[in-house]
Amino acid sequence: MKFVLFHLMPYRDLNFDEAKKYRSVWTLMPNSAYNPDKGADEYEEYIDQLVSGERLGYDVIAVNEHHQTPYGLMPAPNLIASALIQRTKKVKIGVFGRALPLVNNPLNIAEEFAMLDNLSRGRLITGFVRGIGAEYHTAGVNPAFSHGRFYEAHDLIVQAWTRSGPFAYEGEHFNFRYVNTWPRPYQQPHPPIWVPSQGSSETIRWSADPARKYPFVVTFSTSDAVSNYLKMYRTEASRFGYEASSDQLGWAAPIYVAETDERAREEARIPLQRLFNNYLPMPWEMLLPPGYSSMASTIELAKVRTGIGVQEQTLEDLIEKGTVVVGSPKTVRDRIASMRDKTGLGNMICLHQFGTLSNELTRRSMEMFSAEVMPSLRAKTLASAAAE
Amino acid sequence: MAPVAKRLDINGVQISTLRQGQGQPLLFLHGANGASAWLPLFEELSNAYDVIVPEHPGFGLSDDPDWIKSIPDIAMFYLDFLEQLKLSNVALVGTSLGGWIAAEVAVRSSTTLASLTLVCPAGVRVRGTPIADTFMWGPEESVRNLFFNQAIADRMLSVKPTEEQLTALLKNRFSTTKLAWEPRGFNPDLEKWLHRIKIPTQVIWGSEDKLIPAAYAEKWKENIPHATVSVLQECGHLPHIEKSDVVASKIHQLTGHAQ
Repeated sequence: MKFVLFHLMPYRDLNFDEAKKYRSVWTLMPNSAYNPDKGADEYEEYIDQLVSGERLGYDVIAVNEHHQTPYGLMPAPNLIASALIQRTKKVKIGVFGRALPLVNNPLNIAEEFAMLDNLSRGRLITGFVRGIGAEYHTAGVNPAFSHGRFYEAHDLIVQAWTRSGPFAYEGEHFNFRYVNTWPRPYQQPHPPIWVPSQGSSETIRWSADPARKYPFVVTFSTSDAVSNYLKMYRTEASRFGYEASSDQLGWAAPIYVAETDERAREEARIPLQRLFNNYLPMPWEMLLPPGYSSMASTIELAKVRTGIGVQEQTLEDLIEKGTVVVGSPKTVRDRIASMRDKTGLGNMICLHQFGTLSNELTRRSMEMFSAEVMPSLRAKTLASAAAE
Repeated sequence: MAPVAKRLDINGVQISTLRQGQGQPLLFLHGANGASAWLPLFEELSNAYDVIVPEHPGFGLSDDPDWIKSIPDIAMFYLDFLEQLKLSNVALVGTSLGGWIAAEVAVRSSTTLASLTLVCPAGVRVRGTPIADTFMWGPEESVRNLFFNQAIADRMLSVKPTEEQLTALLKNRFSTTKLAWEPRGFNPDLEKWLHRIKIPTQVIWGSEDKLIPAAYAEKWKENIPHATVSVLQECGHLPHIEKSDVVASKIHQLTGHAQ
């Protein structure tokens, strides 16, 4: 099993009573609440946390992209990735991911990733995502064309990385007379592409296609949903005539480790509830702008009206549903091992800092995860997993 | 009396229409919420006109072809529609999104049109006075914000929609997004061609329109100087529902059927 140290870089110094006055902290909470002195400290500390991932034995340290929100301070994740490259030697650098449909020139993404791949001498892992619903409000991009723009931008970027230029790209959404990006990627034919997603059958099938075999990462979902989606990926792979490897199956979850279950719950409670009840929530209209999901899935979702951040959740709810992993080293080990044995999971994307969790507790949890959870999980392979 | 419901095939696109009455053809172009119901306004107008109410491509039970991507595409579609139905001397009426479509039709060709009535139309921008963002409104808010008279909103909210109605609403919302998300509710190219509209034109607005402020009426007047402007007091974004008798009589006046 491989371990990814993942960060959202939230802005923690929020007045949560003030935040409640807005429909969401996304898009609508005034940025006058951002204090640059505090923000600069956040960046410095968060980058240090990620850099320590190399010493702690993580395989990948990773960042992601979000816009106009204190939920995550990385509208331009490649800037952070570039800093991480300069401060590390061996660890892989993940950008999970860039939101392809939100840009009007996907070649910029191809160019920046190619630069990072060269700067790191091939340590880059890229992620391709569609962005969260609210970001179609902030980017002004029409969600009705989200899927089309995603697939087309993907094709354009991969061609820019792999075909000798100059060539013309003729699409529905993007048109370029000259595609001839310098530099080319360091890794050949191109850096790995991962697909983090909340899981739609369409995305899963597309990722599993033998032409791509892109590692899929289920983000912030209940354990039932995680196992369903990973199973769906394996089923799609076998329909395509091959067996999905554990490297193709990932799960991203908030993880907190302390000496005992009680202590872990006590320390993680408020910060995790902040993440799910204050940082993530947004009304339906922002979460699912029309077209972001297909009509059929929107109807299905509307029936249950569940989804990330739609209802208030307690720590107990989150633990019980398996959306978060909180406890003693043994509890955390067992939870991840059981998911691995059930699904064939090979990439564990660990969100150790979440919500308002302090620097001290984040670092202690990371150290403990590295020393007492990682080794045994790493030792065992998933021999039994695929048998299910 | 019930209007005649008919499926029409316009160049391969199947759309649903309701039609009733005789006399001068009156083509009514609905707004973002569609036109699944036969409104009192249509009933009243059908005493004097051949009232035709189509559901736009992408709305209600009409087809949703991929190639229709913008309001100008819908306008070109309606030029096909007018031609195929061999309509002439048409009183064209459009409300909100449908008003935008009507204006886009008229700037392209008015040869089959006799008059143009725009009711709280979208389509142009007044800098510094943005339209409200319906894409941020929740379901109840959307109903309440459209009416000045909250009794109408109360009545609408008290009716639980059927599964089919919900599906149609969602389809309408998807199509409105496709057509009007960016730029929000206007076409930057429309304003520069509005001078092409030479037929008798009127603009009707609700003084309490919370979606497109009544200040927008002046923008239309500026670009179509011969247009008459009526701002109806105590009326929201849907005058054709909230003040249907006034709207009907304004249409009669403009088209020379004054009663």
